[in-house]
Amino acid sequence: MDFLGIISNHHNAFLAGATMTAVVSAVSIALGMVLGLWLAFGLISPNRLIRRASAVYRSAWRGTPILVQLLIVFYLLPEIGLDVPPVAAAIIALTMNTAAFQAEIFRGGLLTIPPGQVEAARMLGLGVLHIRVRILVPQMLRLVLPALVNETISILKNSSLISVIAVTELMRTSQQVVSVTYRPLETYMIAAVVYLAMNLVLARAGAWFERRQAPAAAR
Amino acid sequence: MDEKPVVLVEGLHKHFGAAHVLKGIDLAVDSSRVVCVIGPSGSGKSTLLRSMAFLDPYDEGRVFIEGRLLGYRETDGKRVRDSDRNIDSVRSVIGMVFQHYNLWPHKTALGNVTEALRVVRKLGRREAERIGVEMLAKVGVGDKAHDFPARLSGGQQQRTAIARALAMRPHVMYFDEPTSALDPELVGEVLQVMQELAGEGMTMVVVTHEMGFAAHVADEVVFMDGGEVIERGPPDDIFKRPRSGRLREFLDTWRSRTI
Repeated sequence: MDFLGIISNHHNAFLAGATMTAVVSAVSIALGMVLGLWLAFGLISPNRLIRRASAVYRSAWRGTPILVQLLIVFYLLPEIGLDVPPVAAAIIALTMNTAAFQAEIFRGGLLTIPPGQVEAARMLGLGVLHIRVRILVPQMLRLVLPALVNETISILKNSSLISVIAVTELMRTSQQVVSVTYRPLETYMIAAVVYLAMNLVLARAGAWFERRQAPAAAR
Repeated sequence: MDEKPVVLVEGLHKHFGAAHVLKGIDLAVDSSRVVCVIGPSGSGKSTLLRSMAFLDPYDEGRVFIEGRLLGYRETDGKRVRDSDRNIDSVRSVIGMVFQHYNLWPHKTALGNVTEALRVVRKLGRREAERIGVEMLAKVGVGDKAHDFPARLSGGQQQRTAIARALAMRPHVMYFDEPTSALDPELVGEVLQVMQELAGEGMTMVVVTHEMGFAAHVADEVVFMDGGEVIERGPPDDIFKRPRSGRLREFLDTWRSRTI
């Protein structure tokens, strides 16, 4: 076992790979949150057509493997004339995937907010968009924070799949290191530790946010 | 007194699926009058009030707020649901208070009051907060301005909700069972605020189980049962000289409960 040798020779590569993993995951989660919010309100829309369309999207992206989604997006984009780099295809696929899961998380959170709060706001003349942005979403985000941290951890781990479309993130970096060191066991264990460390930081951050929000969220 | 009623309800019908919950209600509320709607649970009184605010759209009939039709547009005898903007405009003179207060828990008492002032009336922060503090003081919770609703008692929360509605300078206030969710010892403080409002000449429609309040404060009491108005009149007539069997029965049940 030669962990130290691998680390000292390849730490720059691991760092670059981990950075790519973090950036792709963070961007996908953030974009997925915006899309997921729209989708969540679509899922509870009074308009049947919007509700159905949202449900179809949700079920399609929740019901197929990320690896398959990734490859379809990767090969589909050039077909429709969008010549984007692999990293963009990766972000698009992960965003559209996490949007479906986040939408379900948000929908669950929104349903726990008493509808009377919206009625009171409507009677005061507040518009639908304002009610969503200023009254529903802030309360809902507090409620779903633990589930949202879970989803973020999922995406960060699943981002390892984008190595198959040649995005040099942590997983693909590890494969490259293996191909020069012939030390797969140590290399992948190092990768595992880096993934774990990133996720522990995420979990800690989530717990910190939860503690900070707790007093105001109490009813 | 103004020539036009503030609220005019004509032949109101409402169905929830197969249930016919409002069966042709007529009601006129003149300026500075207090109308209390009483009746057993399920009589349709809350649905009536919600229809009068178009929170529950009514099926037939009309609701006029200061002479403007609420909720629908009528052209060539056909009627279509009005735009949200028009509905907002017509009901901008209505302030509503709910059984469960419906405060926003992530905003302070003051934040609850200033939100619509800033967003709907487009006031600056300082002006909105000045009005907010004034309204909270008016209902006796001025010292709670910076507390979140979870820190307030039920009575304080309901008074904050009243302040929130009053801040928008409504011409009529709707109260939907405003004390039904309160612990008994907190009912009085809310009724007192409502009585003060009535004394200042606020036009009010109050759906309530508080017979004492209705007897002392109302100009007119409307008794509903089974989706119909069974009897209406000054409180003395309703409470002391009930004509219908159903009202007598309702009052007897209520009296036997309060012993």
